Amino acid sequence: MTLDSEHSHANDAKIQDVTINARDNDIAGNQASVDLAAEYESSGVAEVLRELDEELIGLAPVKQRIRETAALLLVDRARRALGLSHQTPTLHMSFSGNPGTGKTTVAMKMADLLYRLGYVRKGHLVSVTRDDLVGQYIGHTAPKTKEVLKKAMGGVLFIDEAYYLYKPDNERDYGQEAIEILLQVMENNRDDLVVIMAGYADKMDMFFRANPGFRSRIAHHIEFPDYSDDELMQICESMLAEQNYLLDAGAKQAMQDYITQRRAQPHFANARSIRNALDRARLRQANRLFSQAKGPLTAKQLSTICEEDIRASRVFKGGLDVDRATS
Amino acid sequence: MRITQGCFSFLPDLDDTQISKQIEYCLENGWAIGIEHTDDPHPRNTYWQMWGNPMFDLRDAKGVMMELDDCRKMHGDDYIRLCAFEDERGIESVKMSFIVNRPAEEPSITMTRSDYVDRAQKYAWQVNR
Repeated sequence: MTLDSEHSHANDAKIQDVTINARDNDIAGNQASVDLAAEYESSGVAEVLRELDEELIGLAPVKQRIRETAALLLVDRARRALGLSHQTPTLHMSFSGNPGTGKTTVAMKMADLLYRLGYVRKGHLVSVTRDDLVGQYIGHTAPKTKEVLKKAMGGVLFIDEAYYLYKPDNERDYGQEAIEILLQVMENNRDDLVVIMAGYADKMDMFFRANPGFRSRIAHHIEFPDYSDDELMQICESMLAEQNYLLDAGAKQAMQDYITQRRAQPHFANARSIRNALDRARLRQANRLFSQAKGPLTAKQLSTICEEDIRASRVFKGGLDVDRATS
Repeated sequence: MRITQGCFSFLPDLDDTQISKQIEYCLENGWAIGIEHTDDPHPRNTYWQMWGNPMFDLRDAKGVMMELDDCRKMHGDDYIRLCAFEDERGIESVKMSFIVNRPAEEPSITMTRSDYVDRAQKYAWQVNR
C-alpha cells in the first residue's frame, strides 16, 4: 500500500506538468523534464536487474533483452508522464528455449519488473499449462480458461508449454476455444494482464505459424540459450551453496564428467537435470554416512559430497534402462 | 421506490471505480467474493441466485468486474449484489455485502395490516412487481 501511495503522489505531480503542457501543446516548448537515471533507481528497476544479474548464471542474451525491454518501458513511462504517448505498449511475450533454461525464473523477475514500472497492478505470476485452460468436454473450456484469467488479472499469466494448446491433428480439440478466449483477453485487457508463453523453440515457432493472431499480439520474443558446461557447473555450485553442501575435489571432477555425459543422453533438461542429480547425490551421501560412519560426524562430513556419491549415477552406465531399450 | 440493503445503503449508488476499490479492500482482507442476483428484493428473501461460484484466490478487482459485467449483461434488470465471504475459522460468514445493480424500474414495497386474536395486529410487507 505504501508503495502505491508514493507512486500516485509522483503521478499527481506529473499530471500537473502534463496539463500545463497540454495548454501550449508544443513539444519544443515543453519545459517539463524527466530524470531517467533517477527514475531507474527509484522505480526499483535497477534493483530487479541487479538481482537478475547476480542470481542467474549465464543467459547473457536474455539479460540483454530484458535490459532493453526495461529501458523501453522506462522511456515509455517517462513519455507518458510528459503527455507524449497515451497507449499502453503491448507487453505480451514469448519465451522459447529448452527445458531447464530458467524460463519460469525469468518470468517471475519479469512480473516483478513490470510491477515496479507500474505496467501491472499486482505483480503476481500465475503459472499454468494446457490442463489448467482446456476442459474435457463441450462447454468446460470457457469457464476454466476464464477462471484462470480472473486469477491472473493484475499480474502475469505464464503459459508453460503453450504449443500444447493447439493440436492440429484434432480439429475438434477444445484447445482452440481456449486460444480464442486468450486472444480476446490479450487484446482487450492489455492494461490488466501480461501473458507470457513459453516452450521449446521449434514447437513454439510451429505454434505461432499456425496461430498468426498470437504472433501479432506478442511484442517480445526472447530466446533462452542452453547453458554451457561451465555455466552448469557454476549453477551446480550455487545450488549446493544455498543448501550448505559442498563438493570435494574428486566430486567436482565427477560432476564435470557427469554434465558432459548427461548432455548427450535423452531428456536432458539443463539446470533441472543438475538439480535432480544433486538431489540424488544427497540421497547417496546420506546413505553412505548412515551405513559407513563410525562415531560422531562433523559438520564438514555432513555437508561434503564425495566422488562416489556422484559416480554411482546411472548416467555413467549409459543412462536409464528405458532409454537404452528404446534408442 | 429505491430499495436499499447491506453496506453503503445510505449512499448513492457506487460507480464502477468505487465498486473496484471496495473489491480491492475485500481482496486485501483475503475475502472471497461472490456475485448474487434476484428479482425479489424483499428483505426476508435471503436466498439470491448465485452467479457462478464465489471467487477465491483472486488478486485483482478486475477479475470480479469481468464477472459483474457478464452478470449485468444477462440480468441487467435484476438486483445484483457482491458478497465478501471470510473463511477464517470461527467466522466463516459473509462480512460485507452491497448492491451493485438495480433495475431501471424498481418494485415498490407495501405494508398490509391485519387483525388477529384479541385485537392484536399483524404486519406484512409485499413486494409489488
